Amino acid sequence: MGSVKIRVKDTNLYYGNHHALKNINMDIYDKSVTALIGPSGCGKSTFLRCLNRMNDLIPNVRIDGEIQIAGNDINKYDVILLRKKVGMVFQKPNPFPMSIYENIAYGPRIHGTKNRSKLDNIVEKSLREAALWDEVKDRLKSNAMGLSGGQQQRLCIARTIAVEPEILLMDEPTSALDPASTMKIEDLMENLKKQYTVIIVTHNMQQAGRISDYAAFFLNGEIIEYDKTEKIFYKPMDKRTEDYITGRFG
Amino acid sequence: MNDIKIITSSRIKERVAFFLLWIFSIFTAIILVLIVSDIIIKGAPHISLDFLLEEPRKMGKEGGVFSVIVSTIYIVVLSIIFAAPIGVAASVYLAEYAKESTMLNIIRFGTEALAGIPSIIYGLFGYSFFVFFLDLKYSILSGALTLTLMILPTIIKTSEEAIKAVPKSYREGSLALGATKLQTIRKIIIPDAIPGILTGLILGIGRVVGESAAVLYTAGSSLGIPDSIFRPGRTLSVHLYTLASEGISIENTYATAVILIALVFIINFSANTLINRIFIARRR
Amino acid sequence: MRLSERIIEKMLVICAAIALLGIAVIAVFITKEGWPIISKIGIKAFFLGKDWTPTKGVYGIFPMIIGSIYVTIGALAIGVPIGISCAIYLAEIASPKVSAIIKPGIELLAGIPSVIYGLYGMTVIVPIIRDLFGNQGFSVLAGSIVLGIMILPTIINISKDSIEAVPKEYKEGSLALGSSHWQAIIKVILPSARSGIISSIILGMARAVGETMAVIMITGNSTMIPESILSPVRTLTGNIGIEMGYASGEHQKALFATGIVLFIFIMCLNLLAKLIPKKAGA
Ligand SMILES: Nc1ncnc2c1ncn2[C@@H]1O[C@H](COP(=O)(O)OP(=O)(O)O)[C@@H](O)[C@H]1O
Ligand SMILES: [Mg+2]
Repeated sequence: MGSVKIRVKDTNLYYGNHHALKNINMDIYDKSVTALIGPSGCGKSTFLRCLNRMNDLIPNVRIDGEIQIAGNDINKYDVILLRKKVGMVFQKPNPFPMSIYENIAYGPRIHGTKNRSKLDNIVEKSLREAALWDEVKDRLKSNAMGLSGGQQQRLCIARTIAVEPEILLMDEPTSALDPASTMKIEDLMENLKKQYTVIIVTHNMQQAGRISDYAAFFLNGEIIEYDKTEKIFYKPMDKRTEDYITGRFG
Repeated sequence: MNDIKIITSSRIKERVAFFLLWIFSIFTAIILVLIVSDIIIKGAPHISLDFLLEEPRKMGKEGGVFSVIVSTIYIVVLSIIFAAPIGVAASVYLAEYAKESTMLNIIRFGTEALAGIPSIIYGLFGYSFFVFFLDLKYSILSGALTLTLMILPTIIKTSEEAIKAVPKSYREGSLALGATKLQTIRKIIIPDAIPGILTGLILGIGRVVGESAAVLYTAGSSLGIPDSIFRPGRTLSVHLYTLASEGISIENTYATAVILIALVFIINFSANTLINRIFIARRR
Repeated sequence: MRLSERIIEKMLVICAAIALLGIAVIAVFITKEGWPIISKIGIKAFFLGKDWTPTKGVYGIFPMIIGSIYVTIGALAIGVPIGISCAIYLAEIASPKVSAIIKPGIELLAGIPSVIYGLYGMTVIVPIIRDLFGNQGFSVLAGSIVLGIMILPTIINISKDSIEAVPKEYKEGSLALGSSHWQAIIKVILPSARSGIISSIILGMARAVGETMAVIMITGNSTMIPESILSPVRTLTGNIGIEMGYASGEHQKALFATGIVLFIFIMCLNLLAKLIPKKAGA
């Protein structure tokens, strides 16, 4: 078992009056893949967005409790630095309407890399890590909107890697993709977890079983059970977890 | 460490940029306040019931604006009488009957183009077409016909949006009961779209009241009370223009300006109230 | 379909076509009145002639073309930065409360009649310029300031709509990479809203070119080509507006001819605004 990378303590989140996360406590381990599972609307995305403070953008959100990354309270970080450390890949691929190259170079530029050859290196390295390099190396200058959905999502992963985060948050990254693209991204995970702490939301139980080391089952804003993936899948402690995994829940 | 430096610099840039944006936005609001308050401060003391009800004397140097108000009302009412049915009928056609076609695109282009034409061109056109070609002379009628053309695009566009916003289920419900398309439009769609249509008409009235270039050369600038729509007349905006540019009477100039501003406020306020009402109704 | 329904449908078509008919009749009548004089004195002499002396039958509108261009550029120099800043502020930064105050203000600004702007320009802005620079005050500068204010609502409303239409995923993507809000605005949101912003500028330009009464009241209307922004100037619209009141015969036709030029100018601008691709990022 690796060291604890993220520690979530007694965290509650309210959208106005709606209590969306209830007393969450969770230790997330370094250099591993943690899957968040549970029916729609149970708070998985909300939880993920707490970790890079994307919920700050939504008016009327109130959060209490404490979240630490490498021992430091995330509210003490400048949010820019936090989001540099904690990258995020969204459910719907969201490349910027610019060239493939510009998409990847965007983050490093923002964080102060101006040197062209350095940027070239970062672009190539990130695209290779995201297993996209071979497909796009001849058309880096073309618009990213022209890529297929699966390629766009790998581009977004590459774009996130390019700022050298420590943690990768992925919110159902394959739910909008075809099976072949999904396979490619799942393969990618094996490599990603060597360098990053990955937290992935997925509705696909096979996927969670294949790629994750740990899994947390969410229901109505609570964590019902959180353990090693094989425990959750083969020896769940809670009846509700078992019901969900065996498909008796939505 | 380097990170901190870069973040600090981008935070500072952000602060400065947002501050400038804020300054510019406030500036816009301040301009409005400056203009309106300048006019009101200089003009309000000269407004009185007498000013509203007396006829202008000595070319407007003395007396009030009664005949000007009467002419303005004539032109507003007449323009709306012409423009409302045509505009609403056109919007019904565009929203309910027209199918995507080249003809439709041309009609749309025509409407948009009409909206972009400057008022002085309307003035020239009205002068050569209504005043001379149709021999209507400088008259309330010539002015109103010119303005009808000018406000038509606003009315068409606003009504079309209002009609398109009527929920599909209303239409289907009515058609399912065996109503014809026309009955559905008359009994269901138009009544539901009324607030939106009214908003378009009010905005049209606003343009008529504020217009000067297009009226000056079609309705003329005679100061008498027009006894029919075939007689010339001077609207408030034209009156203000004449007083101001000829330096006739500072007091009466500003008093007239206050009346115009007050009308603009009332018109905007009623349009906004209607729009809000639609908004609330739709959300229910 | 019943006969009455069919008749009514035909009538609806006719109403819809009236706007189209209107634009055609306008084009025909302006041209009919104005074209003979252009062809009589020659296109080149009319457009490039630097002298406008109706009493001698000399009609060159070059100074007015230049005048319109100067005043419009001036208006854009003032209106575009303020308008776009205001649009960004309202679309991205302002709290709902602040928006609720500024938005009706912008609608009012759009609703204020030209003559009121003219009056304000004449009695406040012109004297200020006169005091500052010792010229007569009526000038390119005065015209630019007032027109710059008058085009604000056009620029703000259209730009704001196009900024708000940018998918929020772009903004989230940028912020999630650790950009500041300002970086997201300047590097992702504004480029995506580019076409709408450009349209807003072109339509603002059309508004400035077409404005008449306010311009007449504040620019001095001299038929000389202005030497500096402090010189008086006459625009195409001003040319028509001032002289229509008393012109007759050939002189009046020359004003219609000026109208043709203005009409073409405006049509080109409107067409240009329409041709800008609407899709973000395409
Ligand atoms: N921006 C928001 N404002 C209000 N309620 C929200 C918002 N986003 C999510 N919610 C609510 O919070 C709950 C959890 O949503 P979410 O985290 O998106 O669930 P999941 O990702 O597990 O499907 C849901 O009930 C949802 O309706
Ligand atoms: Mg979700």
